[in-house]
Amino acid sequence: MADAITAKTPEIVTTGQMRRQMLKEFWFYFSENRGAVIGLFVFIALVVVAVLAPVIAPHSPFEQYRDAVLRPPVWAEGGSWSFLLGTDPVGRDILSRLIYGAQYSLFIGLFVTTLSLLGGILVGLIAGYYRGWIDTVIMRLMDIILAFPSLLLALVLVAILGPSLTNGMIAIALTLQPHFVRLTRAAVMEEKTKDYVTAARIAGAGPIRLMFRTILPNCTGPLIVQATLSFSNAILDAAALGFLGMGAQPPAPEWGTMLAEAREFILRAWWVVTFPGLAILITVLAINLMGDGLRDALDPKLKRS
Amino acid sequence: MFGLLLRRLAVLIPTFLGVSIIAFSFIRLLPGDPVMLLSGERVMSPERHAQISAQLGMDRPMVIQYFDYLGGVLTGDFGSSIVSKKPILDQFWALFPATVELSICAMIIAVALGIPAGVIAAMKRGSIFDQGLMGIALVGYSMPIFWWGLLLIILFSGTLQWFPVSGRISLMFYFPQVTGFMLIDSLLSGQKGAFSSAISHLALPSIVLATIPLAVIARQTRSAMLEVLSEDYVRTARAKGLSPFRVVGVHALRNAMIPVITTIGLQIGVMLAGAILTETIFSWPGIGKWMVDSVFRRDYPVIQGGLLLIAAIIMTVNLIVDLMYGLINPRIRH
Repeated sequence: MADAITAKTPEIVTTGQMRRQMLKEFWFYFSENRGAVIGLFVFIALVVVAVLAPVIAPHSPFEQYRDAVLRPPVWAEGGSWSFLLGTDPVGRDILSRLIYGAQYSLFIGLFVTTLSLLGGILVGLIAGYYRGWIDTVIMRLMDIILAFPSLLLALVLVAILGPSLTNGMIAIALTLQPHFVRLTRAAVMEEKTKDYVTAARIAGAGPIRLMFRTILPNCTGPLIVQATLSFSNAILDAAALGFLGMGAQPPAPEWGTMLAEAREFILRAWWVVTFPGLAILITVLAINLMGDGLRDALDPKLKRS
Repeated sequence: MFGLLLRRLAVLIPTFLGVSIIAFSFIRLLPGDPVMLLSGERVMSPERHAQISAQLGMDRPMVIQYFDYLGGVLTGDFGSSIVSKKPILDQFWALFPATVELSICAMIIAVALGIPAGVIAAMKRGSIFDQGLMGIALVGYSMPIFWWGLLLIILFSGTLQWFPVSGRISLMFYFPQVTGFMLIDSLLSGQKGAFSSAISHLALPSIVLATIPLAVIARQTRSAMLEVLSEDYVRTARAKGLSPFRVVGVHALRNAMIPVITTIGLQIGVMLAGAILTETIFSWPGIGKWMVDSVFRRDYPVIQGGLLLIAAIIMTVNLIVDLMYGLINPRIRH
């Protein structure tokens, strides 16, 4: 009898080991999705480009070469090796502006996602944990935000606050937040009734500890997937605001703003329009590819174990 | 069914009131004097200020002003534009058909291509077809549509000269507006070439506007089909010896369409947001361009009214989608 018990005693698993095991399992499912791995590598490359921008960029993003206005890319007729992707209508090097633009886009994605994620989690936890009238008020407010097309709401908010990148990011974060609130609330309501939460409560955990330490870590899967979606949406919306003249202001090398400045030259110089948009597309596509992989890896329903 | 309608309305009405409070109050949150903003004048004497303030009713308490505004909205009075001085609702109804026409054409493209693409991908799961179609769908889903529109203009209007750059119809044609829908009006006018001119103006904007909904519908159809195809009743139908076409086309597709219809409904809101960009690029005279122009002209009453009207439309569409969902899926009626 005693032998049986000792044999069954599980090995002591440290948190470090468990975390490593979870990471391993995560990578197993994530790396099964080839697109997701490609997306991850492209994204890492973009981060490297953004960080090393001052080193890699051949020119300053603001310097205007007045004798080289609207120079086509190097492979086209009239192109030159000093401006690989050509120059814009005031003679700035497009490649350098794109490289610096990566800093803008990644920062926008990071800032907006962090803001809407933190705000959404806080509000969602409160709504799902306390329920009652607080919940009703919060959810109605979220319904109101969702009743507007997000870009229109962001546009109007920026018109109120004044056109700038900061205001644009705040406005976009506000329009993305309801998704996080809804997800967190639904997850909290499901987790709250489970035994481990009751056990923690009986053991004397207060509401703050219950919300943040006990329940929240078990709701992270869907939130991470939603965060990647928000990251790409934030980049798209910020670029759209920039394109409409309500986001980052010239001469900032933000990709959407670059497109806005290039609009009147589309039929004369295709390259000033093509490359900034391509940069947006590649970035957003890489993040969405990663998002699909994350969804496969984190959604227990899809796991084929 | 009636119960479902009542329950939805019970949520909808407070939401609409909230939307109206936001539309009403944002103009008062603006930096600067709302009286000057609303009247559109830059310099005014204190007497004139008081006069306009009284005229606009802004010297009264905020709550009364709100109920006044709400009362106006419910009776169809949204105020007038600062710039054109015309009533906002009249302007809205004049421009709305253009946006509806564009959105319907875009939705037809999105559904007509998206559902077959999703079904094929699901049936050939894991094949080159599946990967290719879903790869294209993800590119479409990630597309900055304002850039996509510019690319299409460069290619089809610039290089190939197949389609015009902007507008709804060639300036050669003039006929009275009957329905506001250019395709129908051009047919009714009986003028030669008017209809094809309207079509060629519509082609590029509707492709651009269709891109994201098309991608979403294709992805959603695929995953809904995959779920249904693995169910027992589909296997039974196959085992009974029904033709693959009948199994997929009749048995599986009908149930797979339930979530897809919801997705299509939700895409209408996405389309109205997309219309802001698409209409700006193609100078399409619809409500999206109207809103952007108003933001730039600082025509605050129009922004306020337009915001409220667009939100009301989206909420109504969502209500209809909900009710349709109840109609085709009896399980959620109760």
